[in-house]
Amino acid sequence: MPIGSTPPKFRVRIDQDQCMLCEQCIENCPYGTFRREGNRILVNSRACTGCHRCIAMCPRDAIDLEEKPVAYRSHPIWTREAREAIFNQAKTGKIVLAGMGNVLDVPPIFDRLLLDACQVTNPSIDPLREPMELRTYIGKKPSRVEVTTKPDGDIELLTRLAPNLRCETPIMIGHMSYGAISLNAQLSLARGAAAQGTFMGTGEGGLHKRLYPYQDHMIVQVASGRFGVDIDYLERGAAIEIKIGQGAKPGIGGHLPGEKVDESVSGTRMIPVSSDAISPAPHHDIYSIEDLAQLVRGLKEATEWKKPVFVKIAAVHNVAAIASGIARSSADAVVIDGFRGGTGAAPRVFRDHVGIPIEAAVAAVDEKLRKHGVRNEVSVIASGGIRDSADVTKAIALGADAVYIGTAALISLGCRVCGNCYRGLCPWGIATQRPDLTARLDPDIMWENVSNLINGWTLEIAELMGAAGINSIESLRGNRDRLRGYMLDENLMNVLDVKTVGAGA
Amino acid sequence: MCGIISVIDRSGEPMDGSAIKNALSLMNERGNGEGAGYAVYGAYPDYADHYALHLFYDNLVEPKAIVEQELEKWGTIEVSEMIPTSEQPRLRREHIPWRYFYKPYPKSMGTAATEEDILIHIMNKINTEIPGALLFSTGKNIGIFKASGWPEDVAEFYRIQDYEGYQWLAHNRYPTNTSGWWGGAHPFNLLDWTVVHNGEITSYGTNRRYLESFGYKCTMYTDTEVVAYLTDLLARQHALPLELALKALAPPFWDDIDAMQEKEQTMNTTIRMAYGSALMNGPFAIVVANSDGIAGITDRIKLRPLVAAESGDRLYISSEEAAIRVMDQNLEHIWMPRAGEPVIGRVR
Ligand code: SF4
Ligand code: SF4
Repeated sequence: MPIGSTPPKFRVRIDQDQCMLCEQCIENCPYGTFRREGNRILVNSRACTGCHRCIAMCPRDAIDLEEKPVAYRSHPIWTREAREAIFNQAKTGKIVLAGMGNVLDVPPIFDRLLLDACQVTNPSIDPLREPMELRTYIGKKPSRVEVTTKPDGDIELLTRLAPNLRCETPIMIGHMSYGAISLNAQLSLARGAAAQGTFMGTGEGGLHKRLYPYQDHMIVQVASGRFGVDIDYLERGAAIEIKIGQGAKPGIGGHLPGEKVDESVSGTRMIPVSSDAISPAPHHDIYSIEDLAQLVRGLKEATEWKKPVFVKIAAVHNVAAIASGIARSSADAVVIDGFRGGTGAAPRVFRDHVGIPIEAAVAAVDEKLRKHGVRNEVSVIASGGIRDSADVTKAIALGADAVYIGTAALISLGCRVCGNCYRGLCPWGIATQRPDLTARLDPDIMWENVSNLINGWTLEIAELMGAAGINSIESLRGNRDRLRGYMLDENLMNVLDVKTVGAGA
Repeated sequence: MCGIISVIDRSGEPMDGSAIKNALSLMNERGNGEGAGYAVYGAYPDYADHYALHLFYDNLVEPKAIVEQELEKWGTIEVSEMIPTSEQPRLRREHIPWRYFYKPYPKSMGTAATEEDILIHIMNKINTEIPGALLFSTGKNIGIFKASGWPEDVAEFYRIQDYEGYQWLAHNRYPTNTSGWWGGAHPFNLLDWTVVHNGEITSYGTNRRYLESFGYKCTMYTDTEVVAYLTDLLARQHALPLELALKALAPPFWDDIDAMQEKEQTMNTTIRMAYGSALMNGPFAIVVANSDGIAGITDRIKLRPLVAAESGDRLYISSEEAAIRVMDQNLEHIWMPRAGEPVIGRVR
């Protein structure tokens, strides 16, 4: 290759005085960063992805890992990433893949929205002493309740509620398929979600038998590849989600390479071993909103109208109009996935450049649904780049009913956001199917991390609500008065419909 | 802060405004002289089938002409007159209070629009598009009298003691969210609904956006307005019995709903799920009234006081027992309603 190699991204060093030659690092690094020569551990920094597995496992704290400063001539426009992408493509002539969400240095809008708190005129509410209600029902709501008053004065209810998911917290775990992540990772997530009274998505990889015990807390996905979809699968889910698009790669489909399709993945997805699992960009039976509406109703019919059906789309420029169409398609919830959404593998150019931020998308969708008078009838789930309880709270104040988390849930399982998921070698046993690697993640232990994370965030949301004088999540939803924009431009504040900091109520 | 007091005579016997004026003044610690007001049901028996429209004009030239043009577009003005006032040394006159007795033409907006729809359209139009005019009361046989000032001065200004009615609501204001202005003083009225409110609605943003999707426009810069609109939406437009409408505004906690018998549980779950965006949060004590009666309710953890009392046909609801005792020394029964539990008094 005439271009030659590029400078390593990390510098790994071993403190030879500390090292006891246990070889844990060699064993733990699937990328082959370490090797032993005689009485020394040698390092090939070039192989390192910054996954931190070696550091976590070294009993002597002997490993030092640094992100290397750019060794190229510094340049404001021709960044390292820009140059390396070109080198990469000049060599391969292919689409460059990347994992784990947008890496462009665009400030999250969430960080420029500030929440409100009570002082003096309205008391804040202490969640330790007063009830704080975060229970959220996801699904269709009637636009009005009808009753009749009988001659004896008894009031009789005529309205019947459609099936809803009852979540004890507005935090759910988004769809990450078996195949993209390991079964152990899925098991940890599912048990953690169930423990917190919330839900998790299966992704488009079917539902493995071992997840059956948690099926009441799982949302089964129907994507364009229809992997694993049969009536049994649909009936096992607490809800069904049709995936049209995802935030990390709007407008394109998915692809699980044949190497990852082992016996177990093949059985769950209902495809032959070693065959590429291709989810086409469009569903081949959906080319219009009417087609989508038919699929929504078809799935409801198949499950006797007992399950809510969600539709997930990527946040794009006309997301509000699409969401409004979805709301009127008899779907029960619309899931909007913002451009910071993560995934195992996406073309780099899509991951970083297609789609819009979830904050603007939720605000626009909420606004449009209200204009059309259907906001109350459909739930809105926001996802794509939710990092902490403040993001959840702000997303709800902008108009979401609940959020899906993805990367955050994986981080609770040890993921270090090294961005190499597409290589199938995840050292934490998450984004891999290699048995020696998946064995590193014990679902009987790790579910607690997931459960703790959701619990911790839920407590924080309760505190934030209490500080704002709010004791039920319904009153936070779409309550943009509790937000102020800080260093946001006026146009964006108009889209978000928030006032600037310092502006009164 | 803020002090509220209301009374209903369930036999429909009229009461004049002198007692409630004294009761409200007793609660001056709860106000700061920036707002007080009175509402009386049964105020205009001679024009009982006309809508009594009360307005503030900044002058009687431009805004008045435009308002009247708008009114005449949709109906007939039977009477147009200045509301009688007498100057008070401590009260700075900021607007000219005016009233019309008005009848909309049926079907003037098309077959589906009711008289109420016409009135709401007119109110939105005036309050959002006609500078110098503010329409703050649109009920039949209802008078709302309010201004920035202390309760006794506002009462003297409008000569409250000269009005009579079977139902009175009054409010003494200590504004915190917005500066005191005449339009921001309570009571708030929309058609048959009148509201007095002590507190701060932290769900205002949610409630406002919810109401806007039904075409209501919030123009008064205060959270109390949403209570009137929410009640109108639930009780008039959605035809819910008042008990249920109030349940939507201050529903039981999920833990309590979970513990209910099935029928009650289904009812409460349905109301709460359908009307989550109408739930009012934050500290409040409110009294809402329509021509059938009054209802008082506090927020779900009772962050604001509310006392109720009975004596014969009269039911009183107030922020303070002492205020009720100013109106009636012979109370038979006096109690503190539980958080979120409505006290309702109806005319027989
Ligand atoms: S894990 Fe640490 S102690 Fe063990 S061989 Fe590697 S560097 Fe040495
Ligand atoms: S899942 Fe594994 S491979 Fe992917 S970013 Fe996290 S640690 Fe890296």
